[in-house]
Amino acid sequence: MHEMSLCEGILRVLEEQAQAQQFKRVKTVWLEIGSLSSVEVEALRFGFDVVMKDSLAEGARLEIIDVPGQAWCMQCMKPVTIRQRYDACDDCGGHQLQVTAGEEMKIKELEVD
Amino acid sequence: MCTVCGCGEGETKIEGQAHTHEHAHDHEHPHDHSHAHGHTHNNVFTHHYGLGPAHAHAPGLSQSRMVQIEQDILGKNNEYANTNRKYFSDRGVLALNLVSSPGSGKTTLLTRSIQDLNSTLAMSVIEGDQQTSNDADRIRATGIKAIQVNTGKGCHLDAHMVGHALQGLQMEEGAVLFIENVGNLVCPAAFDLGEAHKVAILSVTEGEDKPIKYPDMFHAADLMLLNKVDLLPYLNFDVEACIAYAKQVNPRIKVLQVSATTGAGMQAWYQWIMATRQAGLAGHPSLQVQV
Repeated sequence: MHEMSLCEGILRVLEEQAQAQQFKRVKTVWLEIGSLSSVEVEALRFGFDVVMKDSLAEGARLEIIDVPGQAWCMQCMKPVTIRQRYDACDDCGGHQLQVTAGEEMKIKELEVD
Repeated sequence: MCTVCGCGEGETKIEGQAHTHEHAHDHEHPHDHSHAHGHTHNNVFTHHYGLGPAHAHAPGLSQSRMVQIEQDILGKNNEYANTNRKYFSDRGVLALNLVSSPGSGKTTLLTRSIQDLNSTLAMSVIEGDQQTSNDADRIRATGIKAIQVNTGKGCHLDAHMVGHALQGLQMEEGAVLFIENVGNLVCPAAFDLGEAHKVAILSVTEGEDKPIKYPDMFHAADLMLLNKVDLLPYLNFDVEACIAYAKQVNPRIKVLQVSATTGAGMQAWYQWIMATRQAGLAGHPSLQVQV
């Protein structure tokens, strides 16, 4: 259930940004969540609604931008798509994979008032 | 259990500290600008109503605008982790973050290691648990400094909690710090504490497929200690398969087979600690590498 504390972290960033960029209300939050990041999107949505209650982002819409997992296969010397960390390279079946994308956990953009 | 400050909703307790900072949330900035648009605020943003969702210049229609922030959700935690990392590197401290499921034998492994290394190394311990100071008490019984952090409802230690605990520890230069994380193979994977290495402890009384069931943790760890190997004759645990699973999620992971109860394999673990510590001390201005 660390999604709850991730949401607390998001709220903290929103509050800081509200001061720095002079807005009072957050209407939509776009998050970039990699499919290899340790985030369960449904748990994050649940935590988001709970944590944002009584804050500047109460009732805000949460949009998730999914980032697929990508890795560099050391054997084939080329990028491959992976769904989980333990996936093998589709071509050579090897596990010498260096993850290059899909670990993101980022607040990308906000719609604010 | 916020990512910024472990205090959460007053749940976190760090021994010896009345931890009562009250993040001043007193939004008192004057909102008295009545002008329309076109000026720059401090350093970052220009009011530009054409940045609305439809990107349309239609003043009066909608006041909402888009703000691009591109901030890492764990950014705050990572800032604290970097502060901790600098603290460790200034003092030549090797910090190890021990992660596992509950019941893998972390504390037993730790007390045994401390007893065996006590004459050669300065060591300290930060103990993370939801409640009780039982584990810190067990460590203190060995005669070394230990601080208990109770995370309350929190499921992991974060870098801010560790930073606070460090204030109470006053680490010696060149020491080794063991951070025993909350028993949990999921959440602690995401939280950098500023440690040099995560060490995952898996016991043979658990399933051999845990590395692929909880891939994030075994991916984040640099070393896996396969504990309780003295019990292997009584169990159907496939050691080779377990190691293969671990390498599958993390080709770089090193694996040592140990038993904290009988002491089997523990020398290899101590050698890993000593070698890692010495590698970390290379180039440190005041601490000489001991041979």
